[in-house]
Amino acid sequence: MKVMMFGWEFPPKIYGGLAVASYGITKGMVEGQPDVEITFCLPRPTGDEEKFLKIINMSQVPVAWRDVQYDQIKDRFVGHTAEDYYRFRDNIYADFNYMGVDDLGCLQFAGGYPSNLHEEINNFSIIAGVLARSEQFDIIHAHDWLTYPAGVHAKMVSGKPLCIHVHATDFDRSRGKVNPTVYSIEKNGMDHADCIMCVSELTRQTVIKEYHQDPRKCFAMHNAVYPLPQEYLDIPRVDNGKEKVVTFLGRITMQKGPEYFIEAADLVCKRTKNVRFCFAGSGDKYWEMVDLAAAKGIADRCHFPGFLRGKQVYECYKASDVFVMPSVSEPFGIAPLEAMQCGTPCIISKQSGCGEILTNVIKVDYWDINAMADAIYSLCTNEGLHRYLREEGLKEVAEITWVKVGHRIRKLYDECIYNGGFIH
Amino acid sequence: MKKICLYFEIHQIIHLKRYRFFDIGRDHYYYDDYENERSITDIAERSYVPALQTLIQMCKDHPEFRVAFSLSGVGLEQLEFHAPQVIDLLQEINQTGQVEFLSEPYSHGLASLANEESFRLEVERMSKKIKELFGKEPKVFRNSSLIYNDEIGAQVAAMGFKGILTEGAKQVLGWKSPHYLYHCALDPRLKILMRDINLSEDITERFSSHPLMADQWLDWIASTPEGENIINIFGELVTFGIFHPLSGGILEFLKAIPVLAKDRNIGFVLPSEACAEKSVGPVEVPYNISWVDEERDTSCWLGNHLQREAFNKLYGVADRVRICDDRRIKMDWDYLQASNNFRFMTTKPGMQFRGIYDSPYDAFTNYMNILGDFISRVNNLYGGAENEEIDSLITTIHNQDDEIAAKDKEIERLQKLLAKYNPVEAKKATAPSPKEDKPAKKPAAKKPAAKKATTKKA
Repeated sequence: MKVMMFGWEFPPKIYGGLAVASYGITKGMVEGQPDVEITFCLPRPTGDEEKFLKIINMSQVPVAWRDVQYDQIKDRFVGHTAEDYYRFRDNIYADFNYMGVDDLGCLQFAGGYPSNLHEEINNFSIIAGVLARSEQFDIIHAHDWLTYPAGVHAKMVSGKPLCIHVHATDFDRSRGKVNPTVYSIEKNGMDHADCIMCVSELTRQTVIKEYHQDPRKCFAMHNAVYPLPQEYLDIPRVDNGKEKVVTFLGRITMQKGPEYFIEAADLVCKRTKNVRFCFAGSGDKYWEMVDLAAAKGIADRCHFPGFLRGKQVYECYKASDVFVMPSVSEPFGIAPLEAMQCGTPCIISKQSGCGEILTNVIKVDYWDINAMADAIYSLCTNEGLHRYLREEGLKEVAEITWVKVGHRIRKLYDECIYNGGFIH
Repeated sequence: MKKICLYFEIHQIIHLKRYRFFDIGRDHYYYDDYENERSITDIAERSYVPALQTLIQMCKDHPEFRVAFSLSGVGLEQLEFHAPQVIDLLQEINQTGQVEFLSEPYSHGLASLANEESFRLEVERMSKKIKELFGKEPKVFRNSSLIYNDEIGAQVAAMGFKGILTEGAKQVLGWKSPHYLYHCALDPRLKILMRDINLSEDITERFSSHPLMADQWLDWIASTPEGENIINIFGELVTFGIFHPLSGGILEFLKAIPVLAKDRNIGFVLPSEACAEKSVGPVEVPYNISWVDEERDTSCWLGNHLQREAFNKLYGVADRVRICDDRRIKMDWDYLQASNNFRFMTTKPGMQFRGIYDSPYDAFTNYMNILGDFISRVNNLYGGAENEEIDSLITTIHNQDDEIAAKDKEIERLQKLLAKYNPVEAKKATAPSPKEDKPAKKPAAKKPAAKKATTKKA
């Protein structure tokens, strides 16, 4: 089975959770099902991606015909090869010379999330038209709203079924005040999709209610985690002695509910002297939170180490006694699973999608700062509870694997390809 | 003649309120009054009152009918406060003389697994209360949720009980039948009545899901092999009306039992009457059994780290609570011990009733907050004395009691010897000694202990 996949992020270049999830889904499918071949289209790969799938570099797919010599260009390609380039060139379907193409006839991507994001999304979809004409595949899979237009375009051209993967919706990001342009792109993608995979039941309900989709084609497809590499396993757990460290790790934005964490921290600090709070991450609310901590008079107990990357993240988990994710609306939220892998008990909001598949975590409403403070205090003072959640959490998270997710996705693929989708 | 031994438990816990850690040290009232009143009135109305009225009528109509009850102290307190009509009904049924009240630990707690002395005192309090209310000293005992092992059996026998109720758990009985009278492996004076799991749970668990007719059920009893004469049917009284709605006809089922039993030559028996018979042999129970869950053990209260930590913390102050005389503390001690509080923390799979808590961790956190406050109150009574210090004092007192008992025996022995060899002098010595010696000697022996204590503190 050949899958044409459109994605925006992929390791080693990581901007957020999307890259990790894209990696997990593809790797899990390839590992569990040897007959699956995945072609993954990225706006700007680095060339250091793992080789288990075929990468197509969208910045090097021609949309305008250029007469270039093989010998001169053969070493310039990152991702796909020069041979692929000529094959793509044979399938250019319109004259895009007015769009500011380069010497290869390609459109350039800045990568990541630049200010002209909407233009890049549009370009991405134009190129998808070329790919859909030149490649052979059985199904299209598009990750997150940035690639929905490309998926829709590819479906229009090829007539193959389209699966879209909803990693987040604009309702989660904006607490209900959606950006109409983004909403229209999301809605259009969902309307055309044959199958909508949502990272949690919570997201599925949003898709059904806010985007008016048919529940029959919406499925909850929870994320998973990869076992930690040896390098991270070897990081020793820090024993803080009598001092306990409670950690928040994520973008410090409205969606993640950092202010509730500070309010709970304040309540805890009023009663105990041996708890410290760590705010790892950056975001538009960073200074506001520093300010709030100072206003509450707990700035001496709150620490703001800023944005952490790679190994630092795991060092932070291992140095924490409690991990808190008070997200106001979290489609999935992979951080608690990572913390559990490091043996750190978690407190998560009931509004987090990952809570649907986790039992060995403490769940509270994000606004219930009393319950959150109570849970923090309990984990810091009751060794029994801490040990129970640490040990059972490790066992539980070891059972949540991407290979299992891959099998579930495969079932949906088969349904789309062989039985004509879910709505008859 | 086959005989049915019917027994029903009456117990409701005192519900704990939502208690945050900020309340520790500020708020010493732990109970949800509204919920307590609501639940007990509801249960009394929907279950206890109609069930007891039916049983009273059955006693009047069938002089051969027998039924036994046990009440937990905390449940009784609730009934006294909020539903005294239930106690009136119990007294009315007691008048018929066809019922028996058993004793159990006052708090419906797990003291039998933790602290012998506390356990004994609780049982004595409960027996006393039963005697006050119903005029008869209980002769048969049942532990909270029928928890039993050989040591509990020996202890209960030492308290003077003739019999005990427990679960006919498969892991204990094996090929044996629960329809015989057994005795405790460590003390043959204590008879054991084993619950018939299938026949009991046909009513208590499955009545709604697998509807059953009384004649069918009695046919099963009648078809048990010759010689199996005691059919122990134990359950909770809330089976009628709460577990199974009255609209399902469960009371009609109950009413039909004595009528149809007569046709099949099946009688009824009270636990104390059953225990007067001769037992067929000992039953060895090295591990705890109870009537809860498929495992029939204590895993639903003490199955995980959380429950064990809470349990150990609670019973860690058992001795301190026992020797204090603060009434509020003793009351809280009763309410906090109820085994239901531990059951809320179970992480076993399956549908679990959790009261106000939405997860085991929530139940644990709330309970530990309350326990934190309670323990600090208990410790404050002792002026912040170190745990070890008090523990050592308690052991000193314990050891000295044993020592005095041993010395009393020794004196008696020596006096007998003396009487043998020198009857004249012995008379002189016995005249004041055996009667006066004991009370005289006790305070004398205790004084050095007290002195030791003060020196240690200093």
